Amino acid sequence: MTEHTLRAYDEELHDLSQLVAEMGGLAERQIRASIDALIRRDQDLAASVITADSEVDALERRIEDLAIQLIAKRAPLAGDLREIVAALRISIDLERVGDFAKNIARRFTALGSESDPNQLMRRVEQMANLALVQIRDVLDSYVRRDATEAMTVWKRDEEIDALYTALFRELLTYMMEDPRNITFSTHLLFCAKYIERIGDHATNIAETVNFMIKGELPQGARPRGDLSDAGVV
Amino acid sequence: MNDNSPASGSLTTQKPHLGVREHEGAKQPLTEKVSVKDVCFFYGESKALKNITLPIYERKVTALIGPSGCGKSTLLRIFNRMYDLYPKQRAEGEILFDGGNVLDPKQDLNLLRARIGMVFQKPTPFPMSIYDNIAFGIRLYERLPKSEMDDRVESALKRAALWDEVKGKLGTSGLGLSGGQQQRLCIARTIAVRPEVVLLDEPTSALDPIATAKVEELIYQLKNDYTIVIVTHNMQQAARVADYTAFMYLGELIEFGETRQVFTKPTKSRTEDYITGRFG
Repeated sequence: MTEHTLRAYDEELHDLSQLVAEMGGLAERQIRASIDALIRRDQDLAASVITADSEVDALERRIEDLAIQLIAKRAPLAGDLREIVAALRISIDLERVGDFAKNIARRFTALGSESDPNQLMRRVEQMANLALVQIRDVLDSYVRRDATEAMTVWKRDEEIDALYTALFRELLTYMMEDPRNITFSTHLLFCAKYIERIGDHATNIAETVNFMIKGELPQGARPRGDLSDAGVV
Repeated sequence: MNDNSPASGSLTTQKPHLGVREHEGAKQPLTEKVSVKDVCFFYGESKALKNITLPIYERKVTALIGPSGCGKSTLLRIFNRMYDLYPKQRAEGEILFDGGNVLDPKQDLNLLRARIGMVFQKPTPFPMSIYDNIAFGIRLYERLPKSEMDDRVESALKRAALWDEVKGKLGTSGLGLSGGQQQRLCIARTIAVRPEVVLLDEPTSALDPIATAKVEELIYQLKNDYTIVIVTHNMQQAARVADYTAFMYLGELIEFGETRQVFTKPTKSRTEDYITGRFG
């Protein structure tokens, strides 16, 4: 798209987009670190995730400030307006993603040194890897202004949901086998739920990217594979 | 002419029912009050408008936007044949207004301009009293007894949201009012003759933000009874007051649509470039 007659406007929009990309990168690193901490039982790494969450929050506030300033000063319209609204929405999603990473790190602390069957941990890691791909791809689609890529992410969330349902079922069985597994399994189930929610936020961002580029939200209901709340387990 | 009697002539003659807000709260089907069909306009040899086709919906506000020289004011001036005042200016095509063609050479221009009123960029009160500014236009078309004329003047000033500010000084000169008040006086003068369509040519460009807000509020109220076409350079104003927006460029109509769509999701890149300030 051509430049604005007011160059400062272009610069401010560019700054906004940069901040969103920066926040996305940070949120991505937070998820990776929280999962690594969980898998490797790394207490220090978990602590650093909890500390770094304030950086994610600070970025959200900076994006909000800049977006409000832009709305007040520039009275944005059309594509500019959608760009600013998108930055606001995405920053809210990323802030939640950051919170989930922090929650996983906290849960890890609660898990303590209880047994952690490799098979279950592998499933959680598998889910986390998928969620990370979703977040990374959707942020790429934002940076590249690629609605097709965003919609690919939107459709792929079903896979994370399906994994979550499978893990939910396994953990239930595991708990029924031996009540001593309940504490561990419950914490792990929460972690899995956080990862599943991260996937949901990736689809929210995908919808926002689509809106930013095309001016419309995706048609139809999002494909959904999480059946854990439907009793079909 | 009777107070509520329809204007007669080559055009059909329905008058709006003042004070009746039939559209409020209910979705009414859109009616085309004015239909611009394949209109071209020439200043001498120069073609200023190129095959414009555009609906103007009844009791809606339609904004014409575009950069200077795009033809939006030219189009506005065609609606009531204002260009007839100038030699070497001519229009082709059709402007259908309640079934008749505005561009028909046999059109009674005085009648047309009573039915399609116009307010200009700069306030143009007559050098006479506030009362006479309003009564002047009415007297051109109707002979009313004093009490009835008083009612009409009061009603017009009330509708133009000016009554409370001037009711104690109706005999003083209209030129003594502030710019914003003068513009509302001009709007009152226009609606006093009970037109069906009101054309506004950048009506707030000479006004401060408060006076602008009052005129915009007035436009919002007036659309219950009148069909309004407004030319404005202020994009936000178009976004605020208009139901429909037409974007023009170099004498062509580039895009026409609902204002909410044009300002959030225009379909043409030239519209997007213009409204987001990326032009030329």
